[in-house]
Amino acid sequence: MTMFSSRNWREYPQRYRREASKFTKSGKVYFPKRLVDPETGDREQETVVLPDTGKIVTYTVVRIAPAQWGDEGPYALAIVELEDGTKVFGQMTDCNIDEVKIGLEVRLEFRRVQSEAAHGVLSYAHKFVPKWY
Amino acid sequence: MRDVYIVGIGMSKWGEVWQQSLRDLHTDAALKAIENAGVDHIDGMYTGCMTGGMFIGQEHLASLLTDYMGMSGIPAVRVEAACASGGMAIRAAFIEIASGMSDIVMASGVEKMTDCSGEEATQALAAAADQEYEVFHGATFPGLYALMANAHMAKYGTTRDMLSAVAVKNHHNGSMNPVAQYPFKVSMDQVANSVMVADPLHILDCSPITDGAAAAILCTKEVAKATGKPYIKILGSGAGTDTIQLSQRADLTTIKAATIAADSAFKMAGKTIKDMQFAEVHDCFSIAEIMVAESIGKFEPGKAGPAILNGETALDGAFPMNPSGGLKSKGHPVGATGVAQIAEVYKQLTGQAENGRQIPNSPKIGMTQNMGGSGGSSVVHIMEVA
Amino acid sequence: MAGIVGYGAHLPRHRIKVEEIAKVWGADAPSYKKGLMLKEKSVPPPDMDTITLSVEAARNALRRAPMVDPKDLGAIYIGSESHPYAVKPSGTTVAEALGATPDIHCADFEFACKAGSEAMYVALSHIKAGEMKYALAIAADTSQGAPSDALEFSAAAGAGAFIMGTDNLIAEIMFTHSYMTDMPDFWRREHQFYPQHGGRFTGEEAYFAHTKGASNAILKKAGMKPSDFKYAIFHQPNGKFPQRVALELGFTQEQIDPGWLSPTLGNTYSGASPIGLTATLDVSQPGDLVFMCSYGSGAGSDAFIWKVTDRIKEVRDLAVQTHKLLKENLTYIDYGTYAKFRHKIKKND
Repeated sequence: MTMFSSRNWREYPQRYRREASKFTKSGKVYFPKRLVDPETGDREQETVVLPDTGKIVTYTVVRIAPAQWGDEGPYALAIVELEDGTKVFGQMTDCNIDEVKIGLEVRLEFRRVQSEAAHGVLSYAHKFVPKWY
Repeated sequence: MRDVYIVGIGMSKWGEVWQQSLRDLHTDAALKAIENAGVDHIDGMYTGCMTGGMFIGQEHLASLLTDYMGMSGIPAVRVEAACASGGMAIRAAFIEIASGMSDIVMASGVEKMTDCSGEEATQALAAAADQEYEVFHGATFPGLYALMANAHMAKYGTTRDMLSAVAVKNHHNGSMNPVAQYPFKVSMDQVANSVMVADPLHILDCSPITDGAAAAILCTKEVAKATGKPYIKILGSGAGTDTIQLSQRADLTTIKAATIAADSAFKMAGKTIKDMQFAEVHDCFSIAEIMVAESIGKFEPGKAGPAILNGETALDGAFPMNPSGGLKSKGHPVGATGVAQIAEVYKQLTGQAENGRQIPNSPKIGMTQNMGGSGGSSVVHIMEVA
Repeated sequence: MAGIVGYGAHLPRHRIKVEEIAKVWGADAPSYKKGLMLKEKSVPPPDMDTITLSVEAARNALRRAPMVDPKDLGAIYIGSESHPYAVKPSGTTVAEALGATPDIHCADFEFACKAGSEAMYVALSHIKAGEMKYALAIAADTSQGAPSDALEFSAAAGAGAFIMGTDNLIAEIMFTHSYMTDMPDFWRREHQFYPQHGGRFTGEEAYFAHTKGASNAILKKAGMKPSDFKYAIFHQPNGKFPQRVALELGFTQEQIDPGWLSPTLGNTYSGASPIGLTATLDVSQPGDLVFMCSYGSGAGSDAFIWKVTDRIKEVRDLAVQTHKLLKENLTYIDYGTYAKFRHKIKKND
C-alpha cells in the first residue's frame, strides 16, 4: 500500500509510547487515542501512558498467515487487559504457542512488527511476551 | 411510511466463477430478478459490494452496473458495510420505497474475489478490521473470530462439537441448494480434523472465498399485485453498529450490533423473536452462528451451542437456521450475501425452496441477520407471507 | 564529575548451541568449543533488531535513573554494526520511543565492535564539557556471521545502555583513553550481507595489540596497575580472547568473571564489553574500581576506568539484572529455525 510512511509515522505516540486518551469527565482511558469520549461525547482529555504489564483475556493461534508474517507463523494474537483495565490487541512473541492461555501474565515489549518489502519503512510497536520477571 | 414488498429475486452462479467478471455476475443476477419479479422497469438501485476497488481495482460500481443492465440513467449507488453491504442495500431500498420516494427499487449485491491472488483477497477482506490496530499486528478474519470463540468457550463451555454441528447442519442444507458453492455434506469428524486455520477454528469452520451476485426487487403493494408473481412483505428493518476493534468491545462473547439491529427490526415489525419461525444468519464462521443466535435473543447466552448440537436449528427442528446452507456451504461473495439471505427467505415463504430444502409446515414469518467484519455492523430484516 | 547515572541491558531469549551449527557444516564441535571457549550464543528472532534491543535496554537504564526525564536527554548515540537502516539513524526511532524528542542530538556510531564504547566515550565527553545534563549511549548489535565461517559460531545479539550525567552517579568516570590505527583485520563492504576477515591476522596485531595499547596507555595515564581494580571487562568476541588478554596484561580470572559473558552469550559485537559492564555493575560494591577496554576491528580500543559509588546499591534491582537475562527463561533452537530467524534462507523479494 502506498503512503505507508505517513500512516505509520502518525501512529508513533500510540505504537512507540503507548499513549492513550484519558477523558476528564469520565476518567476513562481509551487506546488508541481518540478525539471524543465514546460514552459521554466529552472532548476534554489528557494524554496518559499505558502500563506495560497485563493478562490475556482471549487469544488465538494464527496458522494460516498473511505473507508478511510467513516467517513468523504460527503466531498467537491476544487481547490483553493491562494493569489499569485498558484492553489492547497485539501479537504474542518469544513464547511457545502451547503456553498461551487465558489469564497468562504478559509484558509489553518493543518489537519490529512489519517491514515494507526489503526496501521499505520498518514499523515498530509493542508485542506481548510471557512475563517471567 | 408505506409498506414494502419483495416480488422477485435472482442469483448468479456462486463459486469460483472464472467465466464471469464482476459486471457479468451482477448483470446475470439482476436480469434474473427483474424477470422473476415480472416488473418492466426499476426506479433505482442500491448495490452492496465490499470492495470492488481492492479486489479488482473497480469502484464507481453502481454506474457501471446500471449501464450493463441496460438501465443507464436511473439513480444508483454502491452501499458498503463490509460483509453487511448486501443487507444494507436491502435496507436502503426499503427506506426509499417506504418513504414514498420510489415504487420499484432493486437491491443487489456482488463480489468478485478470485481475480486476484489469495494473498490479495485476504488483504482486501482484512480491510473490514481495524487496519492500524488489528491488521497491523497480524490479525486475520479467522483470527478475530477465533478470539471471540475462545472467549465464548471459556465463558460458557461451548465445545468443539457445537462448532462442528453448525458446519454439518449448514452443509446438509447446502447440499440441496442448486446455487451452493459447496453442495456436499460433511461429518463432525471431517470438520474437527480439517486443517487448523486459527485455533480453535478449522478450515471447515470458515466460509469460503466466492464469486457471486444476488438481486431482489422491492416494491409497493400495488406494483407487487400487478405483476401476478408471488410476493412477501417486509415487516421491519433494523441496523446497528459497534466498535470495529475487538479490544474495545464491551463483551467479546456477544454481537451487540446484531442485538441493536434485531431489537429495532422487531420494534418496527411489532414482533418479538418468539414470533420468528426461522432465520438466515451470518455464519461467516461456525462460532458466528452460535453468537448471533444468542445475540438476537433466540437462545440464552451460552445456550445456542447445545441447542444446535441437539438439532433444534435443523430444517425440521423447532427453529431452522440457515436453510440455504448459510455462508458456510452456499458461499460468501461478501457484498452479495445479505441479498442472498433475503432471496432464501423469499423462497421459503413463497414455498419455492428447491430439492427438499423447503422448511416443513409452511412457515409464515422469517428473518435475516447480516453483519460486517467481526460484528462492527449488523442489519436485520423481518418478512412474512403477504 | 561525570559518569553513569543509569544502566540497563537487554538480550534475546533464544540460544543456539555450537553443536547445532557444527553438525550442519561438518565441523568438529568440541574443538570449536574448546578453541573459542564458547558453548552457545544468543539469537535474535525476526521481530528483534538493534532498534528494539536499544529501546528495551534504554528503558532499563531509565528505570535505574528514575530522576531522569527523557526530555532532558541532550543526546542519543547508538553504536552498532547492524543498524536496521543504512541511512536513517537508529537513534531517531529509539529517541521517539523513549519520548526524548525533539530537543536532542542524535548520531549513529559505527566502528565494528567498538561502536558501542564510542557512543559511551562521546556521551561522556558532552557531559564533561558541560554541554548537556544527560546523554544516552547505547551499544547494540544483531550481527550476522557468514554461514560455515568460524564467526558463525559466535555472532550474537544484545544491547547495553548508559545514561551519562553529573549527578546521582552510579559509577564515576575517572579516566578514558582511545587508541586506533588503520588495521584491515575485519570489514564489510557496502551492499555485502556478511563481513570478511583476515583469519588468524585478527589476533596478535589486531585484537591484542590494540587492547593492550589502550589498556597500557590508560594505566600509565592513571598511574594505576591491574591489581588496583576489583573488576575488568574486555571485548569478548569469544571466551578465549578476553581471558588471554586479561592474563597477559596482569589481570586475573576473578576480576573478569562477572563481565565475562561470551562463553554462553556469544559475541554481541558492539554490545560486548558494554553489556559486560552492566553485568559487572550488577555485582559491584561502592568504591570498586572497574577497568573496561573495548576493541573494534579496523581497528581501535576505547579504555575506561570507572569508580562505583554508593548509589549502586539502590539501583541494582530497579531493573532486571544482566545475569538473569543471560541464564533464565531460554529457548534453544535448531539450525533451520536459526537460519530462518537470521534471514539466511533465500526468498524472492
